Amino acid sequence: MAEAEMFPLRARGVSVSLGGHRALDDVSLEIGARARTAVLGANGAGKSVLLRVLHGLIAPDAGSVAWGESGRRPAQAMVFQRPVLLRRPALANIEYALAVNGVRGDERRDRALEAIGRVGLSHLAGRQARVLSGGEQQRLALARAWALRPQILFLDEPTASLDPNAAAEIERLIGGIHAAGTAIVFATHHLGLARRLADEVVFLEQGRVAERTETDRFFSSPASAEAQRYLQGELP
Amino acid sequence: MPEFPQDLWRIVALSLEVSLAATLIACALGLPLGALVAVGRFPGRRGVIIVLNALLGLPSVVVGLAVYLLLSRAGPLGELGILFTPAAIVIAQTLLVLPIVAALARQIVEDAWTDYREQLTSLGVSRARAVPTLLRDTRYSLLTVVLAGFGRAASEVGAVMIVGGNIDGVTRVMTTAIALETSKGDLPLALWLGAVLIGTVLAVNTAAYAIREWSLKRHG
Repeated sequence: MAEAEMFPLRARGVSVSLGGHRALDDVSLEIGARARTAVLGANGAGKSVLLRVLHGLIAPDAGSVAWGESGRRPAQAMVFQRPVLLRRPALANIEYALAVNGVRGDERRDRALEAIGRVGLSHLAGRQARVLSGGEQQRLALARAWALRPQILFLDEPTASLDPNAAAEIERLIGGIHAAGTAIVFATHHLGLARRLADEVVFLEQGRVAERTETDRFFSSPASAEAQRYLQGELP
Repeated sequence: MPEFPQDLWRIVALSLEVSLAATLIACALGLPLGALVAVGRFPGRRGVIIVLNALLGLPSVVVGLAVYLLLSRAGPLGELGILFTPAAIVIAQTLLVLPIVAALARQIVEDAWTDYREQLTSLGVSRARAVPTLLRDTRYSLLTVVLAGFGRAASEVGAVMIVGGNIDGVTRVMTTAIALETSKGDLPLALWLGAVLIGTVLAVNTAAYAIREWSLKRHG
């Protein structure tokens, strides 16, 4: 199905309460095909919850999430801050994801090898995934997501707890995934990452969209008082 | 040192044979059952969990009596003619081990599901498909469950005595042999047989633990 029929992703009046806490409050936004959207905000602002709602992991209590005119969900994937890797070799983790999604035989093997090659882990294909370093595990998680050929990729704090070199590598890979035609939506505290990778910023404040604007404008002249305080480091 | 029965090794072998068979059958049924209860969402799930946990304390003599009634000549399965055979012992032991395996597996897999759920759901894995994945990924923890089940089977005496009859050369196992020697007043022999039983169980556990440690180092 054509991208145009499945995009934009529209969230309308989305509200979510978790454990009695209002995590998202009347959030509305649109994500276009091939978008590069950074979701920023202080701790507890609702960034991760928003990604999960858009990805379909959490059903909103109110409001709706809809895909394009067709209503059909595009191929999508999500990379988590702490990816869960199965207790099996690195390549087998990718093959598992492909098998679940109906990719069979030689094609599965070929796509898994291609994906692990793209993240530079071919030499570790047979290594047990759980014994890889944090950076390697995150690259493997990216490869697993990439192998599914998503039209949109959600990333929750993809560079958190990585050293600068590993974070730079992840950033390069995310850029590569977008360049190949995948929309990316990522939550991060890493302002440099948002500045370099995103075309637009969605800034959340206590579960509400306080500001949604182009990245350059957000960093040069944030419109909301909350965003100004956040950029000045006054919010956690 | 007391005089051991001439067929001691046959008794030991039969003990291992029936206990391992019962553990194997109970695991084949109990591990998927526990995982399904852990991952599944269905009406009455809480009730099932409560019953599984309650069955951990299932009195062995009650199980022995139930199996006896089932397999006795007048019972519904009497035609099988397996009362007072090793097969009857395996059935009784399986019924005792099954709740242990299912209840403990349920807890382990449910804990893992908490960690894995978002990732697997994101990948498009259904709950049913998640069951074998979770069982595989928790296999080292589940090994402890298997050992607990084996321990229960190997140490069982009440039900085994009822359905096996402690027939010399046919259904006499370590535990019933110990019970017999104790009733005869040959306490030294009973103690030595007990030591052999404990040693056997210890050897099995040591081997399993070594395999677990080696595998954990290798697979992370």
